[in-house]
Formats: sequence, C-alpha cells, structure tokens
Amino acid sequence: MDAFILQILNGLDKGSAYALIALGLTLIFGTLGVVNFAHGALFMIGAFVAVTVQKLFQFSYIEIDETKKDFLGNPLKVEMPYLDHWFGTSVGEWMQDWSVPLSILAVIPFMFALGYILERGLIKHFYKRPHADQILVTFGLAIVIGELVKAFYGANPIQTPPPSAFLGTIDVGVMLGFDPNAIAYPTWRMVYFAFSVVIIASVFAFLRFTTFGMVVRAGMADRETVGLLGIDIDKRFTFMFGLAAAVAGMAGVMYAPILSPHYNIGMDFLVLSFVVVVVGGMGSLPGAVLAGFMLGILQSFASMNEVKAVFPGIDQIIIYLVAIIILLTRPRGLMGRKGVMEE
Amino acid sequence: MLGLNSRDFKLFVIVCIMALAAPIILNPFPTGSALGQSFNAGYPALLQRFVIFGILAIGFNILFGLTGYLSFGHAAFLGIGSYSAVWMFKLLSYNVLPAILLSVIMAGIFSVVIGYISLRRSGIYFSILTLAFAQMSYQLAYSVLTPLTNGETGLQVYNGDPQVLMSAGDPTIPHLFGITMNGQSQLDIAGWSFTFQNGYYLAAIFLIASFYLSIRIFRSPMGLMLRAIKSNQTRMSYVGLNTKPYMLAAFVISGMYAGLAGGLLAAMDPLTGAERMFWTASGEIVVMSILGGVGTLIGPVLGAGLIKYLENIVSKINDNVLHGWFSFMPDWMDNLFVTIIHPFIGKGWHLTLGLLFMAVVIFLPGGLVQGGQKIMGKFSRNKTSDAKDGADTPAE
Repeated sequence: MDAFILQILNGLDKGSAYALIALGLTLIFGTLGVVNFAHGALFMIGAFVAVTVQKLFQFSYIEIDETKKDFLGNPLKVEMPYLDHWFGTSVGEWMQDWSVPLSILAVIPFMFALGYILERGLIKHFYKRPHADQILVTFGLAIVIGELVKAFYGANPIQTPPPSAFLGTIDVGVMLGFDPNAIAYPTWRMVYFAFSVVIIASVFAFLRFTTFGMVVRAGMADRETVGLLGIDIDKRFTFMFGLAAAVAGMAGVMYAPILSPHYNIGMDFLVLSFVVVVVGGMGSLPGAVLAGFMLGILQSFASMNEVKAVFPGIDQIIIYLVAIIILLTRPRGLMGRKGVMEE
Repeated sequence: MLGLNSRDFKLFVIVCIMALAAPIILNPFPTGSALGQSFNAGYPALLQRFVIFGILAIGFNILFGLTGYLSFGHAAFLGIGSYSAVWMFKLLSYNVLPAILLSVIMAGIFSVVIGYISLRRSGIYFSILTLAFAQMSYQLAYSVLTPLTNGETGLQVYNGDPQVLMSAGDPTIPHLFGITMNGQSQLDIAGWSFTFQNGYYLAAIFLIASFYLSIRIFRSPMGLMLRAIKSNQTRMSYVGLNTKPYMLAAFVISGMYAGLAGGLLAAMDPLTGAERMFWTASGEIVVMSILGGVGTLIGPVLGAGLIKYLENIVSKINDNVLHGWFSFMPDWMDNLFVTIIHPFIGKGWHLTLGLLFMAVVIFLPGGLVQGGQKIMGKFSRNKTSDAKDGADTPAE
C-alpha cells in the first residue's frame, strides 16, 4: 500500500508539468485554433529565466575584507554580491537562496510580453493557413528558440537549487499512519504540485468567474457571433496567448530545481504534452489537466520494478501506448468535444 | 518516352544527368583552392547523403505531398531499414543486395501495421499517432530490444557473426557481388580531381529509379485519387469511394522508400543506432520536403540536397574562416561582423536551419520550387499561364 501511494506521489510532479503545459496548449488551441509546437520552448524559456535570475542575483564585485587574512597575512579579497551590498547581507542571502520562487515575479511579465509579441508578430498570420503550416512554423520557431538558448547558455544542464528550506524530504508516510520513512517525498516536488494546483485553479476561476473569462469562453464556442456582438475578440485571444505563455513559463521556472534546465527540455516535454492534449481531448481544458496527471501517474507506476518484470520496457513507452489506445477507442480523447479538429 | 509526357521526361533526364554527373558538377572549383575547400561538394561521403536523403524525401513527398497527411514519425522506417540491412550483413554476407531487399520489405511490413492504425485518424491526430509510434520504436530499440539492436553501442558486424554465405575471397566490407561500396576511381584534370565512388553510383541508380517511380505515381490514376483525398476526403467518401486502401498504399510506398534509404545508409557504412529513429530525424525529413517544395516532383530532392549541403558547409565555417572573408574591412568592422555571424555558423548550424525553415514556411509555402517559379514568372510576364500551371500543387 505504501509503495502504491509512493508511486502516485512520484507521478504527481511530472503530471503537474504535463498538465500545466497541456493546459496552455489547449488554451491556445481552443481560442486561436493554432497548434503551437513552440509551447515546449516557452516552458524551457521559463526554466532559463530561473537560471538567469539566479545568475543575476549572484552578480558580485571583488571587495577587500580587512577582517579576514589569507595565508600570507594579506587582507583577503572576497566576492561581494551586489545584493548583499545594497540590501545588507541577510536580505541578500535570502534573495539568492530564494532565487527560483522570486523568478516567478520576473517570468510572468516577461513571458506574457513574449507571448503577446509572438502572437501579434507571427502566429496572427497563420490563422487562415492549414494546421500543417501552423505546426511547421511553430516547429521552426521551437528549433530557433532552442538554438538561441544553446548559443547563450551552452548545451550543458545548469543546476538551479530550490530554497534551502525546501531541500529535504517530507515524510508523508507518518502523516498517513505508515511507518516513518516508508514514504519520503522531496519537499520541492510537493511544492511544485501545490503550485500547479493553484495555477490551474486560478486559470479555471479566471475563465469561469470573470466577465473577461466569460467572453473568452463564448469566443471559444462561437467566435463569429461574439465578434458580431461588437466585441473585439481577437484582442482577448491575444491576451489568452500571453496567459498561456505565462503559465508555461511559470511551470518552467518551478520545474528548474527538479530537472536542471538545458536547451532540449522544451522538446522533451512538448512531445509528451502533445500526447497529453490528444489523450485529454483537443480543446478540452479539464481533459488536458486530467490526462496530464493521469499519464504522469501511469508513467510512474510503469517504472515500478514489479511492473517492469512482467512487461519489460513498459516504462519507456507507456504514454505512447495509452495515447494510441485512447485515440483508437475514443477518437476525441477523454473529454473532447464534438467538431474540434474534425474538418 | 518511358511512359512520361515530354515535360516530365525532360525533368527526369535532368535528374539523371545531375545524379550521374554529380561528382563533376558539384566540384566547380579547383580542389586545392580556398573556394574549393569551402564550397566543393563533389566528394563521396557528402554525395551519398544527397542521394540517400533525396530518396527519403521523395518517399515522404508521396505521402505528405499527395495526400496532405503529415507524418512526424517517418524516421522510424529509416531506422528499421538500417537495422534490417545490418542484420543481413551479420547473418548472410556483406552483399548489399539482400540487405537492401530485406530493409525495404521490413519497412513495408512495419508501415502496413503502423499505417493501418494511424490512418484511422487524420490531421493532427495522425501526426501525433505516427510520432508516438516512432518514439516507441526509438525507446524500445534503446531498452528492451537491445538483443536485436545492440542498444546504445549501435548494431554492427562482429567477427563471430555467422555470415553463412560468406566465402573465403569475399571483401569484408559491403559490396555488390564483389564490387566494394567504398571502391573509387579518381580522375585528375588540371587542378581538379574528381572521385567516382561505387557506393555513390549504386545509391544514384536507386535515386533515379525512385524518382521515375514517383513520377509514374504522381501521374497515375492513383496519384489523382490521392490528390482528390487531399482536397476533400469527405466528398470522396460521399461519392462512394473507400479512401482507406489508397491512403494505406501511399503510406506503405512512402515507408518502403524510407526503408530503402535506411538500407542504403547501412550499405555505405555498416553501423546503425537508434538515434536514426529519434523524432528530430523525422523532423528533418519534414524540413527537407517543405524547404524544397512539397507536392512537387523535384522539390524534395532539391530540399534534401540543399540541407545536407548547407549543413556541411555551414558547420565547417569557423571564426578564422570568417576573418579571412572580411579581412578587406577595417578591423573593428571585421570583428563586429564576425561577432554577429558567430552564433549562426559551426555548431550553430541548427539555428540557421531553423531560421531558414521558418522563412520558407512564412514566405514561400511552396518551397524553393515555388520561389523558382516566381522568379521565372517575373522574367517572362507573358507566360503567366505557365506559372499558374505550377501553382496548382502548393504545400498544404
């Protein structure tokens, strides 16, 4: 039983990332009708915003510390981060420690602006073109973004540790009445799961309970009628593209401590997230979230040794296998609506 | 001639000449000169890649160009072809004929299965299904199927392999009835030196045959049917036509082309790994076809050639070469230009490729062929009907 719960927990963090990316993909698809192959790249940019903020916070100058001596008896030169200099040592160190969560403040406006520019500058011209063209141009964009990141940050993964307060593990087993250490779960993954639940809930709340969200939902259902009612639906859809980019960016920032960012993670996640979207049902937001968590957890179950002993290699292919089965038995995915992508 | 109309026949002859004379045509600069070092492409290793990826792109075009079904998992067949060919080397002998035969057959069998399942959906669902199958093959080749694929080491021929048809005098490299693939003859004229390699010519003959077959398919009733499916599949069903067999046939033919390319790759270099099936490889096939001009006969071959050529050239350029080019400028300008261009060359080749690809998709959906037609149209205004004639096969 404890092994069972452990696998569910293990699947949650990956599932959260899938769900967040798939949510953004579905938002873009549902509103603009564009299949965005560059969404994984946006996730990757988010992760690299965390890297950049961490680097910026550690920017330092050399200062001569009179109180310390090196082994020759000369005053020691120490690196003094600017943050420590400006805000005092305690605040500066706290900011460096918390650089990943603090990056969220930077990533939201940055990714929103980036999404906005992308939509106005590039995607806008592809509404009338076939889906294949949209896939191709965003695929090219994803290559370009990935290579740009590689040119600036190199090809190696860059460590971005979480705040030291979240470094350890939580003993979930004790809380549920099992033996101590039966289910130890890294704290940051728990934080990631909670964070993604908050983001998903706020996106849903935004769509459900605000007037803006209501108009957007109306536009998703029938774009023309909303336009005829005198609402500039394009503007709102552009906003939704920015929002989807920001969601992907936040997912990326918070994922950086779990998986050290490198220029290819976007593509790795994108392929799986597309599978997630298709399994959930093209254009269905709850479907995307549900499928994201479901596939994350399934993947973690498939990597159990007991399962692998029966079906060797199943952990590598389970997601694709599920996708194939779902697509053949339920063509519209788990919760897909009628008439989406069926022309 | 040969069952082709005069226009197609002209195109076919041009392709034949290009393929057979490529070692000469692609060596325009003297071998020793600086330009020759940088821009000549007429050496066997690169020429082989031109024709093999050309075959791959021709096959992909039969599926995507005619039916509009975008397969994102075509590299799987390439990998299957390569693995089958190397297995033939291991089991029978280094003769390439059975190897290539088996690679085509195996790719055909796999494409029947994958195609039968994937073609039950269309549009993006089809793309995702093919992608899923290709990724599955890739992952399995790396993990469970290691006895068959030799995992990360890559499949190759070892001394202990049976090679039952191998007799004492046979060469221990891939050969066709004794003619070794890497055997070559050299021709030196003044500063030029041309290399004619057996392996290249084998691949070139396959390219010519594939190209001929693809023209025949494009002009056949079946080709027409496939194009009708592309323009409106629903209507085809309404008039009482079962589109499935046609689609499956196109998919299998295209998969067999990929298998042939994979077999040839293994024939040139009897070593293969799972990375040939990775989805970036599939992406590359798509990029080649789009760049050249999908749905046109010659486009994919041009695209494959151009990408492999640029990949080779651009990866070779480094900062020193650039400084050499800009040496006539003042120093600060030279350095500025080199700094700007630096990310795009050498290891940054994929960045250049991505930008080029985006530019083509945005501005020239019909690829290079459409670009060529536009330029031709500018020169001959009175012949606009000709340009329109070519414009009825745009990319979709």
